[in-house]
Order: sequence, then structure tokens, then C-alpha cells
Amino acid sequence: MASEVSDELGALHRQMVLIRRFEEAAAKAYSQGKIGGFLHLYIGQEASAVGALAALRETDYVVGTYRDHGIGLAKGMTPRACMAELFGKVTGCSKGLGGSMHYFDADKRMLGGYGIVGGHVPLAAGVAFKAKYKNTGEVTVCFLGDGAVSIGDFHEALSLAALWKLPLVTIVENNEYSMGTPLSRTMSVPDSSQKALAYGMARDRFHAHDVLEVKARVGEAVKRARESSLPTLIEIQTYRYRGHSMSDPGKYRSAEEIEARKKDDCVLRAEAALRAQGRDDAYFAALEAEIEAIVEDAVRFADESAEPGEELIEAYTYA
Amino acid sequence: MRKLRYREALREAIAEEMERDPNVFLMGEEVGYYQGAYKVTEGLLERFGAERVVDAPIAESGFAGLGIGAAMVGLRPIIEFMTWNFSAVAFDQILNNAAKVRQMSGGQFTCPIVFRGPNGVARQTGAQHSQSFDAIYAYIPGVKVVAPATPADAKGLLKSAIRDENPVIFLEDERLYGVTGEVPDGEHLVPIGVSNLVRQGATATVVTWGKMLPAVLAAAETLGREGVECAVIDLRSLRPLDLAPVYASVAETGRALVVQEGWPYGGVGAEVVDRLQRECFAQLRAPVLRVTGRDASMPYNKHLEDLSIPSAETVVRGVRAVLAY
Ligand SMILES: Cc1ncc(C[n+]2csc(CCOP(=O)(O)OP(=O)(O)O)c2C)c(N)n1
Ligand SMILES: [Mg+2]
Repeated sequence: MASEVSDELGALHRQMVLIRRFEEAAAKAYSQGKIGGFLHLYIGQEASAVGALAALRETDYVVGTYRDHGIGLAKGMTPRACMAELFGKVTGCSKGLGGSMHYFDADKRMLGGYGIVGGHVPLAAGVAFKAKYKNTGEVTVCFLGDGAVSIGDFHEALSLAALWKLPLVTIVENNEYSMGTPLSRTMSVPDSSQKALAYGMARDRFHAHDVLEVKARVGEAVKRARESSLPTLIEIQTYRYRGHSMSDPGKYRSAEEIEARKKDDCVLRAEAALRAQGRDDAYFAALEAEIEAIVEDAVRFADESAEPGEELIEAYTYA
Repeated sequence: MRKLRYREALREAIAEEMERDPNVFLMGEEVGYYQGAYKVTEGLLERFGAERVVDAPIAESGFAGLGIGAAMVGLRPIIEFMTWNFSAVAFDQILNNAAKVRQMSGGQFTCPIVFRGPNGVARQTGAQHSQSFDAIYAYIPGVKVVAPATPADAKGLLKSAIRDENPVIFLEDERLYGVTGEVPDGEHLVPIGVSNLVRQGATATVVTWGKMLPAVLAAAETLGREGVECAVIDLRSLRPLDLAPVYASVAETGRALVVQEGWPYGGVGAEVVDRLQRECFAQLRAPVLRVTGRDASMPYNKHLEDLSIPSAETVVRGVRAVLAY
């Protein structure tokens, strides 16, 4: 019989597999011309969103970047609404108006994917401000990339969050690159969590290899936010296997480097742990089949859904 | 004459000016090792080295401001914004420093800097990545604003911009980067503040700039087959604005249409309309109309995006409306 730990790990592993297969299906649809614009895939980074958001309650908030599919799915958004958004359909989470970079789901408290690097971090501080103002006990998690650590808005947000003791967990997903530039050429120090020191903010830094560890470590920051209304800056070290977006040929890194990083793959690591706890081939085959059916359903749904009508162009300019 | 792509023409301008003046340097995200997000700066790092082709972190306000300071003390920076959307982060630097330092210092300092990158709608990149900054920057006294539509103008205007003693907002276009056109051999400069009559016609005058030029020319061809001959004027520079060829054309046609990609409220098109009604009141036989982008943030959906910016068809309709008045 599966233990409680392996049940939990099983659920997180399942979410990671869902995200990976969803992203693979999105890449395929992009190459078929069904998705346009920018498409930034999350493949390789799954344990970061899945582990972090597993530490939250449903009533907690998340804010993210344009690399938002994994975050949206991990926060409970439906694969159908997520895929339909990529296809630009009216059944998408943002009615086909937002696209890949702008997932939103008010019910799930997913407050958006944002396209201007760093611009969403002050916004996340504002969401945390509301929780404190109303004394709701809600926590806000904000994801950003390592490249965003260089921009002013990140620092202004941290400065305010520390000054006003906001229940905000800011997570830098350090995937080693901002577009084609390695971290060593964008930052004077290799560890972005050091930026917390000058703000007098708690910090943490760890790898996203083990999804349960991600959950536990982010959980400490969430507890600090919920119980003491204090912010934390976390750097999660991770890696994206695909290009920055679908249009990036990725000439700035070697195939060997990517293969080496894949050895620490978060999905495979979770699978190995589950096997060690007694899950067998039949379990994983059934899981893959179940996920495949979900993703196929999402693609079919997106394909068959209607385009938004012209009346939606101006419909949401004002409330 | 040779045929060059728009992006190659820009690259040639940058390289020639860097050869000519050691104070010229290029700074921006992914301009060096990555060879440019849109490959405009391909090969420049290898040619000029990392001191002069500087890869910057994502810190637009920081490197735009750094460029302004460097320009005040003798360097001639070319600051690339990966797209103009990200210049919003650096807006304070451009508005409050670059545009004002000469005036605030009583003329003691100048700011010879070029800010450049792709402007406007690309393809399905959504609300935050599909904005035309023409009107926003043309509003500001103290900066010049240019928006070349052809490879020849891209090269000639960029060289002039780099040599100019003022901050120049240089608006390129992702949809134009791959377009080819003839570019004169040798030294080729196009002066800032001179518009260009690109098509003759006695029935109506159409004024435009940047990526709308191909749509306008296509519309003019369509109308020409029906005997409606449109004069087409490419403004090229939005500040200073040269409307002399427009006035001359309107004296003949009595009818004018302005076509712009961006939002309708205020803006460069509205400025043209204002000047026309004052300068050409007696000659105008119809109100000056505008064909513009829709008054909304850009939708991601392709069909809605297409409907949100002018096309050859909407320009044809616009000309017909001016003629029907
Ligand atoms: C202010 C701003 N400048 C530039 C860009 C273009 N851009 C989009 S993503 C990106 C790289 C971001 O890297 P990182 O923060 O590490 O996130 P990752 O993509 O690795 O998840 C850049 C330069 C932008 N969107 N916003
Ligand atoms: Mg990164």
C-alpha cells in the first residue's frame, strides 16, 4: 500500500507530467501554425511551480511572467482553458485576447502572466498589501526569471515588501539564462537571493530537482508570510530544456550542457522515488495514458472552439 | 545601387558610423553574443569588440540613462531597445533627462544619442508587446523622431541620427526587417525632417509613415486601376514634421487621408490634420480623414489583430470616404 508521502509525491508527479505533456502538445500545435506570437515553454522547470504552489492554500495568490503555463496549470487552471488561450479561442482563460503570455484566472487566484520583465513584481506586492490591509491571512507568491533581477521594479517591490512587512514570497526561477545570455553576464554575483540582504529580508536558495523539497522550502517562506507577515526572497535553481521561446534556435549553449542538466530531471527524479516506494510500470503507463487523454481533449477542445468575435476588440477596454 | 534588407541597411549604417567615429558605441540586450534579437546587429561584436558592442542586462532605465550621461560628456551611444515596448521602463530617462538636459543647462550640454528598435505591432505578440510609440515620443519637445519605411531610408536616416547633436528616437519595424530595397552605394545620408513624395496622383493625398507605407501603396495601386490616382507622402520624420509636400499635393487634390498604425486619440495623424486645416483651409474640398489602429489594447487572436490595424482594404475605404464627401 502506498504511504502518505508517496500519495503526495504521486499527486505532484502527476501535475508535473501534465505540464510537460501539455507543453509538448503546445510546441507541436505551434509548429502546425495553430499558435502564434511568442510561446515560452516551461519544460524542465516543472518542479518549481508545482512544488511551490503545493505549499499554498486555494485562497492564496500567484503572479507570474510570460512563462506562465506551468504556473497556471499548477494553480488549478484547466488544460482546456489554457490550451484554448494559446489557440486564441474565445473559450480560453483570457478569451483569446491574452495569449500564451497572459494567463489569468480570477477564481483560481492566478493574477496573470506578464510580458514586461519585472513589471509584475510591484503588482504582486500590492496583492500582498491587500492581504495585510484586510488581515485575510492570504499569501502571495510571485515568480520571475533570473534576468528580471536586474530591473528596477524588482528592487522597488522588494524594498516596499520588506519595509511594510508584506506576506509576499518572491521566487526567482534561475534557469541560468535570460534569453541567450548566461547569468554570469547579467549579474555581478551568482546568487540572486543575496539581493534580500540589503532589504533585511529572509532568503533561501535551492535546486528544483526534488519537488517535495521545493514544497517544504517554499512552505517555510509561506509560513513566515502567513503567520508573521514577513516577505522572503527565494532563488530556485532550475533549467529550461527548450529555447527561450519557440523562435530561439538556442545557439548559445551546447547539446552536452542540456543533456547534463537533464540528468537531474525533476520528473524522472520523482518517478524514481515513486518506483522505490513500490509504484510499478503499470502505474506509470496508466498515468501517461490518463494524461495523454487529458491533453488530447484540451487540444481538441481548443481546435473546435470558436474564435472571439470582433465585438471583443473594445469590449474590455473599460469596466 | 544594391538590394539590401531593411535590417542589413541598418547594420551597414551602424558599422559605417562606428568606423567613422570611435565615440560611437552600441548597447542593448542581446546585441552582441546573441547577434541581436532580430539580427540587426549580427557580426558587429566580432567586428568592433565587446567594449563597443555592449550586451546589457534587462535594465532599460539603467542603460538608457547611462547612455544619456555618456552622451553629455562626449560619447555617441546607440541604445537598442529589444522592442519599443520596453522603452516604457526607461521613459523617465528619455522624457526627463535626454529631452531636457540641453534646455535645463541653458544650452551648455547636448545629448547626441540614438534610441532604436522595432516599434508597433509584430505578429500576435499581444497587448504588452504590440504598441506604437510614435505619438508618445513625438509629443516631447527636445527629441527628434524618425520612422523609416524602406531600406534606403533606414540606412540614410540612421546615419543622420547618429551624427545628430540631439536625442533621436529611431522607430524600426519587425515586419519591415526582412523587406528588401535598393540602397545607394557609398556614403548615403537622408536628412532628418524631410518627407518624401513616393507616388504622384491628382485625386487624393495620402500621408503615412513606417510599416503602413506598403499597405498604402497597395491601396493606391488598387485605386489607380479604377482611375483614382493617389499621391502618397511618406513622412519619414515625425518630429520635426515636414508637411510642405503634403500642402503642395493638397493644393492639387483638395482631399487628404492620413494612415497610421497606432491609436487614434491625439497622435501624429491628428497633428497632420490640425496643420492641414490651418494651412490648406481654402483648398480642402473634404474634411481630412484618418485611418488608424483601433482604440483598444491589441488582442492576441490573429483575426482580431488583423482587424485592429489598417490594411490596404481599409485604406481603400478611407480614400473612398474622402472622395465621397
Ligand atoms: C523590460 C523588458 N525588457 C526586455 C524584454 C524582452 N525579454 C523577454 S523575456 C527576456 C529574458 C528574461 O529572462 P529571465 O528573466 O531569466 O526569464 P526566463 O525567460 O529565463 O524565464 C527578455 C530580455 C521584456 N519582455 N521586458
Ligand atoms: Mg532565466
